[in-house]
Amino acid sequence: MPINYYIFLAISLFCIGIVGVLTRRNAIIIFMCIELMLNAVNLLLVAFSKMHHLNGMAQGNPAAGTDGQLFVFFIMVVAAAEVSVGLAIIVMMYRNIHSVDVNFLNRLKH
Amino acid sequence: MGITQILFWLLSVMALFSALMVVTNKNPVYSVLWLILAFFAISGHFLMLNAQFLFIVNIIVYAGAIMVLFLFVIMLINLNKEMEPRKNIWIKFAGAVAGGCLLLVLVAALRNSELKGQVAQVKEGNIGLIKNLGMELFSTYVVPFEISSILFISAMVGAVVIGKKE
Repeated sequence: MPINYYIFLAISLFCIGIVGVLTRRNAIIIFMCIELMLNAVNLLLVAFSKMHHLNGMAQGNPAAGTDGQLFVFFIMVVAAAEVSVGLAIIVMMYRNIHSVDVNFLNRLKH
Repeated sequence: MGITQILFWLLSVMALFSALMVVTNKNPVYSVLWLILAFFAISGHFLMLNAQFLFIVNIIVYAGAIMVLFLFVIMLINLNKEMEPRKNIWIKFAGAVAGGCLLLVLVAALRNSELKGQVAQVKEGNIGLIKNLGMELFSTYVVPFEISSILFISAMVGAVVIGKKE
């Protein structure tokens, strides 16, 4: 597949995630849109790693492109840690102000 | 048009449509279910690029663990009607315009880039197999791997401390 297709698919997914973050008020949906953006970046990293692998094979380097897939693995690790802490924060916020609307959080107090 | 291209377009349309449904759906539970479908479509892309390790990790970690966590939290906080967010059409409009502008700028910038003739290797190449990635992970990247385990421990402790009732 041409790499352009993957680039434009990942850009579209990323921009859908950005629109979600900017327009939605529910903290959980905003969080899900961040996960969507992370996944778009993962897809682009894997596509570039396969492109780099194909170019490296032609120059006699069969291990080219492994780094990109390991970066995706580490992004998944960081995303899992981020989700656990973020959802704990959302639950605590609901316990304090009985809402998950981010409009109520714009004064940094409750 | 071969089977690879048909699969590519099918998975792309599935991913984009379910991402749009995540953003536009009113009910958070439906949003989570659409997001799981989007993750499955992206996992299908990984499988098509022969990144088998990332395919299975994406399904287990994202579509399995993280989405179940989201569903549990939505179940815990009991979203009902009276805390439905206030509607402000102008903020939505401004957000959509801002995202659309970013999309336009990125597409215009990358449309004629020097990557245009490059091709991503599909359905062959052994770079994404578990053996290859595991050897690399435990030789070159062993220090970041251990640091990420410390990150996990601290995230677990942080989640317990934050979620504790004082």
